[in-house]
Amino acid sequence: MRLGRPRMAPSAVIWLLLAAAYFILPLYATFDFSLKKNAAGAPCCTLHNYGWVIHNGDFWHTIKISFVLALETIVISLLLFVPTIYWVHLKVPKLRPVLAFMALVPFVVPPIVMVVGLLKTFKGSPHWFYGTPWGFLATAYVILAFPYTFFSLDAGFRAIDVHTLTEASQSLGATWTTTLFKVILPNIRTAALGAAFLTLAVVMGEFTIANLAAFHTFPIFLQYVNESQGFPAGALTLLSFMITWGAMLSLLLVGRKRGARGAVIAGAR
Amino acid sequence: MATLPFFAYAVAFLFLPAASVMVGAFQDKRDHATFSNIHLLFQHPYIDAYWGSLRISLITAALGCVVGLFVAYAAIRDGTPRWIRSVLTTFSGVAANFGGIPLAFAFIATLGPLGVVTTWFRNAGYDTSVRWPHFQLFSEHGVELVYLYFQLPLMILVIAPAIDGLKREWREAASNLGAKGWQFWRHIGIPVLMPSFLGAFILLFGNAFAAYATAYSLNQGQNIVPIVIGNYYTGNVLDNPHLAQALAFGMFVVLAAMMMIYIPLQRRAARWAK
Amino acid sequence: MAYLQLENLHRQFGSFKALKGIDISLGEGEFLSLLGPSGCGKTTALRIVAGFDRPNAGRVVIEGKDLAGVGPNKRDMGMVFQAYSLFPNMTARQNVEFGLKIRGRDKADRTKRVSDLLELVGLGHAGDRYPHQLSGGMQQRVALARALAIEPRVLLLDEPLSALDAKVRVQLREEIRRIQLELGITTLYVTHDQEEALAISDHVAVMYGGVIEQMGTPAEMYTAPRTPFVAEFIGTMNRLEAHIVDGAAGEVEHAGTRLRIDAARGRTNGERVLILIRPETLELQAAGNSAGANGNTLTAEVVTQTFLGPVTRLKMTGGLIADMSTARAAALPVGANVVAQVPYEGVQLLALADDEGIPDIGEGT
Repeated sequence: MRLGRPRMAPSAVIWLLLAAAYFILPLYATFDFSLKKNAAGAPCCTLHNYGWVIHNGDFWHTIKISFVLALETIVISLLLFVPTIYWVHLKVPKLRPVLAFMALVPFVVPPIVMVVGLLKTFKGSPHWFYGTPWGFLATAYVILAFPYTFFSLDAGFRAIDVHTLTEASQSLGATWTTTLFKVILPNIRTAALGAAFLTLAVVMGEFTIANLAAFHTFPIFLQYVNESQGFPAGALTLLSFMITWGAMLSLLLVGRKRGARGAVIAGAR
Repeated sequence: MATLPFFAYAVAFLFLPAASVMVGAFQDKRDHATFSNIHLLFQHPYIDAYWGSLRISLITAALGCVVGLFVAYAAIRDGTPRWIRSVLTTFSGVAANFGGIPLAFAFIATLGPLGVVTTWFRNAGYDTSVRWPHFQLFSEHGVELVYLYFQLPLMILVIAPAIDGLKREWREAASNLGAKGWQFWRHIGIPVLMPSFLGAFILLFGNAFAAYATAYSLNQGQNIVPIVIGNYYTGNVLDNPHLAQALAFGMFVVLAAMMMIYIPLQRRAARWAK
Repeated sequence: MAYLQLENLHRQFGSFKALKGIDISLGEGEFLSLLGPSGCGKTTALRIVAGFDRPNAGRVVIEGKDLAGVGPNKRDMGMVFQAYSLFPNMTARQNVEFGLKIRGRDKADRTKRVSDLLELVGLGHAGDRYPHQLSGGMQQRVALARALAIEPRVLLLDEPLSALDAKVRVQLREEIRRIQLELGITTLYVTHDQEEALAISDHVAVMYGGVIEQMGTPAEMYTAPRTPFVAEFIGTMNRLEAHIVDGAAGEVEHAGTRLRIDAARGRTNGERVLILIRPETLELQAAGNSAGANGNTLTAEVVTQTFLGPVTRLKMTGGLIADMSTARAAALPVGANVVAQVPYEGVQLLALADDEGIPDIGEGT
């Protein structure tokens, strides 16, 4: 048991300071911009931009759309993946590598390619699907978030003893549905929540598909403000960052409470 | 079987669309089979877009991997307080997802013409765009610098568990047998980390290659493939849907080729592992 | 002059004193074990000798030379760790070869030496396997071969068998001793297993709370423990608190019974003492059988019988423990009333300080 006081290596200090500067500066700059009113380098500081955002109807409209979209994606994902992964772990473990491979496909078929395919394949489909975010976008986002949800849930299932729990539940007389909802689900709660927060972060930041398919989500609104307004964009950017940050922090807090860790790796595009 | 809904979903919304892109790449405006689209890919400006994408992806993947390794190691090694590592991993979890539009803005606010850092230098009498390093945010190098913001954290998240796996006993045993620091790294440290390092490289490459939103927000014109594809749908330049599909197919080929090079390499690097 | 000397070693971590002045001397070719429970400082001492830690005071001297300021990679000592120390990306052969490679020995030299060593530890056939393909015992053999490859002046072993199965442990400890004797290499061995230490060492140093309680040959440690801790830690002991009643005649009183013990002669009346009796020297008879040959007896009732193979251990009321052959134990089942014969000679007596009680180390084997 080492209780000594070894000191920090000088090279470590340098690398960490450089990293800190690189990561913090842009955030600081965004904050700085958000407090300015115009380009004339007018002295700090005004909350005008934040006010502009809060009072902007489009802001609330698009953030609501994105948020609801995220919820819808989460629900569909969980409904689709939890029973599947449960079944695979329980009855057909040989399929697990197949699922894992499929979870890697979205890396090789990036969103830009996927949206091209989706737009082509579903061109003639009914409006409620093709024309609304709740149909087309949500469907695409479930696929997009699949790697994150899969690895999260898979880790959760691997951490519990699926066979013992199921057999114990069934020996006490429970049906499949009861087992799934009352026994399995509570035990993978951490992993499911982790998957949910990751999906939330992904959906709230997804631009590519929404842009090409011409839907008005929050990131689309962000870009519009970037192009047209400048300084309010700073306030908006910070708010967007806060949302992602909030989602990830929740993910970590949830993970720490139960000890079971979902996948934390996420990628931005 | 309970897995049916899932596979049906995957087929309908992943494999079918992907397949239709592959097929569409080889069709012309009248849906006849042709190689003309593929042929076009090798012409300007499309081939330039591929080179641009390739350059950016390789550079940011390499930089991200190397710098990420050093930063992660600095945070994890003996002597560094535990809290630094926690902060770094937490932040990386968030920053890996902080991409696209907001990130582009953050860098514009930092290093753009009116950026905070640019202004600092200008007020000190040094115009960085005119004198060294002749920095322009809206250039390829600028994009690379911005991409690093989500590449670095991704690398840190991937490599941290691998660094944790470097058991202290190996370091001590090596030292006991007479090895100096660099000898440990050369014979044991780096070989043991190599599989994870290569895996991270593929991940970072794919991540950068597929990136669209960030480049879009930095007005990258036709310099990378995703933007060119996007131009068709946002009504800018392209009018041949099959060309867009061919471009997408080309991306898929590059990524698949990348995997085919690196996965055997990685397996070989890990031949000693369980 | 001692070959390896630890002089007055002190080591403190914050406010915790891990070593409070340790002095140990090893002659060349000697096998000495540092024995003690977790936290006693034995591993700290070993790591200081290896150079992975520096003492707050005191020094380590080898062949007359002070090792202060000498890094761990320049001490010419071979160390075997408890576990996980084999380099995972190298085969057994490459692992053993490592130290020689670093020293720049040429290929032919290295190959020969590695083969010889792998043969020595009985792994000539497994040289091309990776660590994860070897069992725990085999891994430690490779670790031993690797440490010996560089022909070190001293061999250091940090609880090398703790992570292994019981049977493998016994096998491997004998091999370690055999190899050590064959090569004549000075060895410092750390363990918490007293049976292990007694079985293979030339000398044993029992440590507790950062100090050496007692140092001596295994036989000395077993038959003549000099402190209550050592008495409890080594083997199993009957510990009976008593006080001197008649120092001239050697009489003590324990729990209301008077006993005559040779070691009590010459002690002051009223002195508090601890009577130490090895279980195998406590003779038991069924009550009522004989009146006790010389009246030096304690009565008790059998509480448990534990079958240990050829020997059965009986635990009785009053904290008494006796070992006897399984055949004889059959006559004294649980619940039987027995009479325990306390021998006059061969019983240890330790003085107890006024506030000292019996140290509680938990169940020994």
